[in-house]
Amino acid sequence: MADAPGAQPTTFLLGRLNWEAIPKEPIVWVTFAAVVLGGILVLAALTKYRLWGYLWKEWFTSVDHKKIGIMYIVLALVMFVRGFADALMMRLQQVWAFGGSEGYLNSHHYDQIFTAHGVIMIFFVAMPFITGLMNYLVPLQIGARDVSFPFLNNFSFWMTVGGAVITMASLFVGEYAQTGWLAFPPLSGIQSSPYVGVDYYIWGLQVAGVGTTLSGINLLVTILKMRAPGMTLMRMPIFTWTSLCANILIVASFPILTMTLILLTLDRYLGTAFFTNEAGGNAMMYVNLIWIWGHPEVYILILPLFGVFSEVTSTFSGKRLFGYSSMVYATICITILSYLVWLHHFFTMGSGASVNSFFGITTMIISIPTGAKLFNWLFTMYKGRIRYELPMMWTVAFMLTFVVGGMTGVLLAVPPADFVLHNSLFLIAHFHNVIIGGVLFGLFAAINFWWPKAFGYKLNVFWGKVSFWFWVVGFWAAFMPLYILGLMGVTRRMRVFDDPSYQIWFGIAAFGAVLIAIGIAAMFVQFGVSIWKRNDPAMRDETGDPWDGRTLEWATSSPPPDYNFAFTPVSHGLDTWWDMKREGAARPTGKYHAIHMPKNTGMGVILSAIATIFGMAMIWYIWWLAVLSFVALVAASIWHTFNYNRDFYIPVDEIEAKEAARTKQLQAAAGV
Amino acid sequence: MKSLLNIRATLLMSALVALAGCKAEVLAPSGDVAARQRDLLVQSTLLMLLIIVPVMLLTVFFAWKYRSKNKEADYQPDWDHSTKLELVIWAVPLLLIICLGALTWVGTHLLDPYRPLDRTDVNTPVTEEHQTLKVEVVALDWKWLFIYPEQGIATVNRLVVPEDTPIEFSLTSSTVMNAFYIPSMAGMIYAMPGMETKLHGVMNEPGDYKGIASHFSGAGFSGMHFVATATDQAGFDAFVAETKAAGGMLDRTAYLELAAPSQNEPVRTYADVDPILFARVVNICVEDGKICMAEMMEIDAAGGAGHAGMMNLMPRYASADGRALAIPVLGGNLNMIQGFCGPDEEARMLTQRVVIAPREITEPGPMRGAGLTPPRGIFAKEPNQFSQIPPEAGAGKDF
Repeated sequence: MADAPGAQPTTFLLGRLNWEAIPKEPIVWVTFAAVVLGGILVLAALTKYRLWGYLWKEWFTSVDHKKIGIMYIVLALVMFVRGFADALMMRLQQVWAFGGSEGYLNSHHYDQIFTAHGVIMIFFVAMPFITGLMNYLVPLQIGARDVSFPFLNNFSFWMTVGGAVITMASLFVGEYAQTGWLAFPPLSGIQSSPYVGVDYYIWGLQVAGVGTTLSGINLLVTILKMRAPGMTLMRMPIFTWTSLCANILIVASFPILTMTLILLTLDRYLGTAFFTNEAGGNAMMYVNLIWIWGHPEVYILILPLFGVFSEVTSTFSGKRLFGYSSMVYATICITILSYLVWLHHFFTMGSGASVNSFFGITTMIISIPTGAKLFNWLFTMYKGRIRYELPMMWTVAFMLTFVVGGMTGVLLAVPPADFVLHNSLFLIAHFHNVIIGGVLFGLFAAINFWWPKAFGYKLNVFWGKVSFWFWVVGFWAAFMPLYILGLMGVTRRMRVFDDPSYQIWFGIAAFGAVLIAIGIAAMFVQFGVSIWKRNDPAMRDETGDPWDGRTLEWATSSPPPDYNFAFTPVSHGLDTWWDMKREGAARPTGKYHAIHMPKNTGMGVILSAIATIFGMAMIWYIWWLAVLSFVALVAASIWHTFNYNRDFYIPVDEIEAKEAARTKQLQAAAGV
Repeated sequence: MKSLLNIRATLLMSALVALAGCKAEVLAPSGDVAARQRDLLVQSTLLMLLIIVPVMLLTVFFAWKYRSKNKEADYQPDWDHSTKLELVIWAVPLLLIICLGALTWVGTHLLDPYRPLDRTDVNTPVTEEHQTLKVEVVALDWKWLFIYPEQGIATVNRLVVPEDTPIEFSLTSSTVMNAFYIPSMAGMIYAMPGMETKLHGVMNEPGDYKGIASHFSGAGFSGMHFVATATDQAGFDAFVAETKAAGGMLDRTAYLELAAPSQNEPVRTYADVDPILFARVVNICVEDGKICMAEMMEIDAAGGAGHAGMMNLMPRYASADGRALAIPVLGGNLNMIQGFCGPDEEARMLTQRVVIAPREITEPGPMRGAGLTPPRGIFAKEPNQFSQIPPEAGAGKDF
């Protein structure tokens, strides 16, 4: 379909959707069969155990920030498996395609795989992961009962799912973009990519982008307006601080992405000339715009994890965080500076030396607050009593891995060095070094740290350690060869190689990827074993504070009740819960009040389903459906605003019963 | 300090040579520009290791010393602030970045790909006697076209240059973005449609080097590489003579045929080239009748073509580079204005090319920035070194 001349054949009913849209690749068929089979099994199991009603009432329609947080993370884990499968396929192709062999993937398939890998890992793994984490933790840490806009939260989540559904659909119907994860025009323009791939990319991201932007606004308002009394900004837990900054970045940068993609859409659908070669368009404008979003995006991903590492380090060192204010100012510095560095992604596009130097030096300046953070973690460990539980192990692994990634990052910020390393596998190694070593290691630390809070039992340590060691060793084995290959002048996104001296390094990298695969498998085994043995008394968390925590989320039971706190806590300083424990503050009981709570609604699911249909209709040029679904989307949104039946009160009896059970539980735990 | 740095540099260099054994071309290039870029890379790495290594050691040490089993170690759960330490942890990275920033500023200016070379190797400054070889590069789908304007020849997927001669590359692309990179010669620069970029480099040792496309450009990307050969002047002259003898003419028709997408192209040569072909590619007007961007800009600068512009139109998606064009589904095949300048005017517009500032000669030796023109104050109005030539006074009156 790559060279479809002129206008593409369409029908009124189905647009350009026809039998041609079914991929011709056996690999895709096998995947499709596996997905269908797995899907049928899951659906059958849900039906057999009568879980549909439970899922719909308790989860899908829930506006509880905790449940939405968990659903975000489940989405991220599912998409992570897809994204990682793409990575394994690339590793296999690159170790295979030597000595005249074309490997096992043709360029049409391979180019989709690396594009999908990047898009999925950033937008549908890392983003849902951190959004889920912030959703779960921020209200608990600031002593709130939910986020500011609970319905919006549910809606945001389902829009993210909608984007993921669109992206996944491309695997089986049509194709995905073959442009790289940022879809630079003119390659992503209608002339070079006339078929549906780039349209899948655009609409998948637009639908998910609505969710991301709205959840950013939601969390931003939550942090600013819903903190417990006494919790001034400078008394907020550090994770909440980093979340605040990450959400400021989301709110300020995602609209740029949305607009950029709209301009690209206009070019592709209407023939405008924003980024085309002719008629006055300029593709470099797209590159600028997309990186003005893209660079802050990097910090959106890493900042919340910096918060996680801070919480973990101080908890497991049994010590106050060293240099809290300097940590906060470092975070703010990074937030602001992240907008002043975007051009370092394209030094090689011919900007003048002064422009390049400016952006190179601003990039280096970011390493100052980042370095300060690292020192702060170091001095938090200093004179502490470090317990090597899994979260702390991930944190130490992060500190040792991230500095290397940071160093190569600063190296790439030196323009003359970037001129020889740009777009090379050195660059790939660098950003995997910071995203895996920073974001993923942080997420694993967070999962091991907060799992007991969310579910009431700790994760299995043995399988956690297996996963940890395979991941860490696998990471180094998979990406150090890429640094070397980059220095040998190997470009990214290559499918076939001539030079046999590369093969050994690709071999080591592929071996590392297998180790990581084992690490991932071990992680799922860890979850499975932990769920299986959840009633093992050794793993139970009866107190709600399994790690001797410091911040307010550890003051509630594990898992927390719907309303989080029966009484809104009052903060008198940093580490509120630590202070309470030290001062022997009694858990408030007694005269409860009915608690005002938001009601569940299925509207989020419905709206996002319509939005997803709209996206698919636009991708396939099914205009009647596009118009219909757009009208339906607007109508349903307006209709929902007239729904005044949105809230209810949790009666005092129920609260009393729950709190009494909690008192009993605590007494039992103290007795043991 | 300096000797320490030197020792470490020597150590690192020997490690680099070991790496070079596995063809780490970036670390052991043969061209002077790439070598200087490599030097900067190594210097920056060393500078950063000054802080990275202690941090890693300290991490391991603290992680080990303050483990909970070690009850001997001091435990101060409330110690969370020290102004002195804070000062150090902000100041040390700051100092490092000041050094690195200075290095970056100087290095970026000296190694700016747009800047004509001031030396061909450490000991040889460029003088009046040096001839600069000009090469025009077009990134096609998916092959490289090299035009030698002064020799009047062209090649596909084959670059031959004389050693120790400064080379000025002018680059553009036919359809999508690409990047031109000979790791052994100099850093990469993008080749983009409708735009012209510049790269200066030199090859110091004869041999065959790999030349690659280093920005993903679509289906045929992996096969889009070429051999860059550096040879002595006699060898280069022989190459030119051979190419001349082999025949073949690269005119607009031949170019459009060549530009049609194809993969893993073998080497081709042309004995003769349309002298303004490259300018036409940059201006996206190789096809007959198509308006050149320079013409469009001149018309716009003169206030537009007015009613005359409505008279000679052509469908926008007629054809390009020998491939059928896709028509945006909701846009239809709109008309666009046709070129209507005479050949003379067109030739004049097409010869208005990127101008490079005059060569600045620096002293040979280590990079110190001594040769750079001192900045004349941020607000001083300086002539823009790399801009298009402004339209001549009175240009556009014809319309």
